[in-house]
Amino acid sequence: MSQREPGISKGIDWSLVWVYLLLASIGIMAIFGATYKEGDPVLQTFLNFKTDYSKQLYFFAVSLVLGLFILLTDSKFFSATANLVYAGGILLLLLVFPFHSQVKGTESIIRFGGFQFQPAEFCKICVALALAKYLSRPDTDFTKTRSQLIAAAIVLVPAVLTILQKETGLALVFFAFFLVMYREGLPSAVLVIGFAIAVLVVATLLLEKNTLAFILTGLAIFIAYLMRRQIKRDKSLLVKIIFLWVFCVGLQRFGVPFIFKNVLAKHQVERIYSTIGRDVPEEYLKGVVAPAEPGVKRDNTADYNVKQSKIAIGSGGVLGKGLLKGTQTRYGFVPEQRTDFIFDTIGEGFGFVGSFVLLSIYLLLLFRIVAIAERQRSVFSRCYAYGVASVFFFHIGINIAMTIGLAPVIGIPLPFISYGGTSLLTFTILLFILIRLDADRHMVLR
Amino acid sequence: MSVFNQSRSRIIRLIFLLTFIVIIAQLFNLQVISGKYSQLAMDNAVFPKIVFPERGIIYDRKGRAILNNTIMHDLMVTPSEVQKTFDTLTFCRMMEMDTADFRKRIIEATIKNGYVRPSVFQSLLTPKMQARFEENSWRFPGFALVERPVRTYPFDVAAHLLGYIGEVDKRDIERSGNFYRMGDYIGKNGLEAYYEKVLMGQRGVQHLIKDNHNRLVGSYENGIFDTAAIAGRGLKTYIDIELQQLAERMLTNKVGAVVAIEPKTGGILAMASGPTFNPNELTGSDKQKNYSRLVLDVASPLLNRAIQGKYEPGSTFKPLGALVALDEGLITPAYGYACFGRYTACGIGKPACTHSNPGHAANLRAATANSCNSYFTQLYRMAVDNSRYGGTKKGYMRWKQYMNAFGLGTRLGIDLPSENSGLIPDTADYNKEYRGSWSSCTNLTLGIGQDKMGATPLQLANAMCIIANRGYYYTPHFVRNIEDETEADTVLMNKFRQKHEVLTHISDDMYQAVIDGMEDVTIYGTATRVRVPGIRICAKTGTAEKYIFMDGKKIKLDDNAMFVCFAPAEDPKIAIAVVVENAGYGGTWGGPIAKALIEKYLNDTLSVATKTQVNDFEKMNRMPRHLKRLQFREDSIRARWYFEKRNDSSYIRPFISQSIAPAKAENPLPLRRDEPAGKQDTRWMAVLHAENYFRNKKAKATV
Repeated sequence: MSQREPGISKGIDWSLVWVYLLLASIGIMAIFGATYKEGDPVLQTFLNFKTDYSKQLYFFAVSLVLGLFILLTDSKFFSATANLVYAGGILLLLLVFPFHSQVKGTESIIRFGGFQFQPAEFCKICVALALAKYLSRPDTDFTKTRSQLIAAAIVLVPAVLTILQKETGLALVFFAFFLVMYREGLPSAVLVIGFAIAVLVVATLLLEKNTLAFILTGLAIFIAYLMRRQIKRDKSLLVKIIFLWVFCVGLQRFGVPFIFKNVLAKHQVERIYSTIGRDVPEEYLKGVVAPAEPGVKRDNTADYNVKQSKIAIGSGGVLGKGLLKGTQTRYGFVPEQRTDFIFDTIGEGFGFVGSFVLLSIYLLLLFRIVAIAERQRSVFSRCYAYGVASVFFFHIGINIAMTIGLAPVIGIPLPFISYGGTSLLTFTILLFILIRLDADRHMVLR
Repeated sequence: MSVFNQSRSRIIRLIFLLTFIVIIAQLFNLQVISGKYSQLAMDNAVFPKIVFPERGIIYDRKGRAILNNTIMHDLMVTPSEVQKTFDTLTFCRMMEMDTADFRKRIIEATIKNGYVRPSVFQSLLTPKMQARFEENSWRFPGFALVERPVRTYPFDVAAHLLGYIGEVDKRDIERSGNFYRMGDYIGKNGLEAYYEKVLMGQRGVQHLIKDNHNRLVGSYENGIFDTAAIAGRGLKTYIDIELQQLAERMLTNKVGAVVAIEPKTGGILAMASGPTFNPNELTGSDKQKNYSRLVLDVASPLLNRAIQGKYEPGSTFKPLGALVALDEGLITPAYGYACFGRYTACGIGKPACTHSNPGHAANLRAATANSCNSYFTQLYRMAVDNSRYGGTKKGYMRWKQYMNAFGLGTRLGIDLPSENSGLIPDTADYNKEYRGSWSSCTNLTLGIGQDKMGATPLQLANAMCIIANRGYYYTPHFVRNIEDETEADTVLMNKFRQKHEVLTHISDDMYQAVIDGMEDVTIYGTATRVRVPGIRICAKTGTAEKYIFMDGKKIKLDDNAMFVCFAPAEDPKIAIAVVVENAGYGGTWGGPIAKALIEKYLNDTLSVATKTQVNDFEKMNRMPRHLKRLQFREDSIRARWYFEKRNDSSYIRPFISQSIAPAKAENPLPLRRDEPAGKQDTRWMAVLHAENYFRNKKAKATV
């Protein structure tokens, strides 16, 4: 279809553009639903750049212009400048440390003029490009551990820097890029081990210390018993089992408590425990806050947020209450409604049907991006496309899961829908670079 | 390149799909399966505000509102709006409080209702305070007045029968099957309580939207779920409020009760109980303070003696005894008894009689007028020992039936809560006390309204109605009808509209004989001062001896003055019972009250002479003297209790200094007379003991 068209529209995947426009429109509508105040003149407030939905409308316009510029750019520009962009991104991340502004709860924002800028957000693009660039190098042999480590480093360096800026949520997004590496040949074992460690960490939170240690020991003995023949033949297997046992128990007894005590902030600990429905153990509170008086309920805002969010979504029912009719969203029961919890507006206003439709659109988007990735001739484009899909997937999955109580509350936005200029621009750039690359899918980029 | 990894694309898609399926499953669970969230959202955001209807008004027989509604004001504060620059000092001076109290109240308000919502700073401002605040309100941001409907009693009387309203307590809520909620008002006593369902009206509900700070921000769905409040309906009563005022005036500084009933309807014209209080004291800003004062008063001003006081009727019982004897055919009106000042038939020479001249009991009429004790004791014994019933006990039960028919010993069922039934003892009571062996001589004073007999003033007035009506009565009640009477109301009111023909089988001649005797009482008998020109009054005086036990001694008090009457004799329009406790002779202390009421009610005005009489009577203080001592004791014992609880000797100090000098001199004479000198009250000793204890403790502490 597109091949016949001339100029910039040649080769462009219009389905992605339409989905993008649709999602951004839903976003503005949702923000309108969440923040519109009874009695305001609708048209006027949409244009005056004072209300959130008005601002989002203008951000959207800027994003469109930016998207247009990207489409006008030569595809080669992106592959050529990928490493430079990455270096710039890291530099910006480093600049944050001396120059970050005093915004509550975060040290990740630089402000110049009237604008706020969050390099950690922007770095997603850099990593997507740089990772694609590295993986597409002709002399990269991704079956080698060395290459895998370098790729991991590309992803983890900004992640660590972001954690140091107290933005654990944003840092976690970088882990999504492991999906790209997986696609490019990272051993499945890495994902399996990662999953196993995740299970162990959750088990640590859920079970009593000694019980879990006991179970792990039992498990190790059981495995050793099952493999007694092999062990007889090869003694090093026993050493491996013992090493694994030491690692697991060590993680459970010292690793997780260390992270909870020293790495994570108080609110993050609370959010994690709130997701699994437990009270935060006393030991993690020490040094952070004084233990609560007996009988006094701890002020657990994480718990409150998720509870209210679940009430909002749950009360939407099958068909929803209609835009502007949701009492939970209208009267401020859900905090951070326009940003992290924007999905509540959809869930309450349009019910299960509306949520289902939105999720379908997202799934369509992801599948379309994967399909596009697989049709690329150049590895760079394919890796980049997978990078985009992974970032979107992570954002969508975690954001919606946290609003319905399936994931801990980490403040990451819902792509194209959450309020916020930086996030809208970042996702737009991510997507439009992909569209641009895809338009030149017959070229081989280096 | 890397085409070998293409299968992983499928796995990645599978991961995407699975994640989305999990999310959709949870959404399905929250939104479709689990139904609780919409209710939770409603609880969050919708505040069902109860709209209280205006309470019904109570009118007297001439249509004057005697219990009405008025508006008072609560001072509300919104803590968040009270700024740093707030002029606390001026405000406190104006509201007559200190700044510490001010701060305390602000904190209390914040705790109770939150920082941004208004809560009550001071409820029910006095009109003076309200005016002061209104003038200066612009200087005090964060403070505002809110209207509060309050009950008001324009005539300042009838506290006992009108009752009062108060916030519901746990018991009220339980009893109503959770109909009432915390903070609701309910009739606590009197007509307010009895006719609660009529007076309260129907509550409305307004659904309001509240936000996450619990601020009300508007109405929910434009009020389509709201229901309007329906105002309570009024009560039209038989009460003549001027008569009520007169009755209460005359009971000033006396302990007692007055009941006036319209015999033909059973409608109560006035019902007073002394000591009383101004009902408005229990509505305004000082209601708690006033209430505790009234509760702690040993003269029990909160007690409605007209229906809760149990008195020995004394001689006022005699007309009933006569009717029993006449109906049983034991005597004729011509029956005479030779009394020489004592009743000797039981060999103990008791009871004594005021008259000893022969002939003062020559017939029923004379015996009634002269109130001959021997005569009526004899009638009682004849009735109980009536051979027709075979034995004293059976005869007694027959006599008791008569008494119950006269309304004694049973609750009449007046439209007020907590009516006392009085007492006509059962044979079982006497069997128990005398181990089964007793005769008509044992309780012969029942014949003159004493022994164990107890009647409420209401019962006595009702008995007068039966005589005046010649055998029937209507259950005494206040409410003539209810505004916009419903079927349920009619069911409620029917019991007051039903004629009880309890003793109509007694012939009119017999009634006439008794009534004539009662008329003679005011002509030449024991109540000659109870005369109103042009009105024939039938009356009976009574005087009952009273003892109490105090400080471990039996003490004789002044007699209870009893008085019953109805008028006019030819067409009775008012029947009255008066009790003045420990005042003295019935005719002297009960008579003037009854006389004034009759004159006021039948002539609609008082003559100059009666007016002076009323004024003089009002001024006379007949408060029983032992009450002072009793009050002192109760106060000192309570003071000791507080002293021990709080370890603060200032509670008992005033009582100790009082006990040294003035208490003895001031203390009532009658009890001192009976008390052996030097013997001290053990409970009172406890107070002194407490003082010593405190002193020791203090000494130890200083060491």
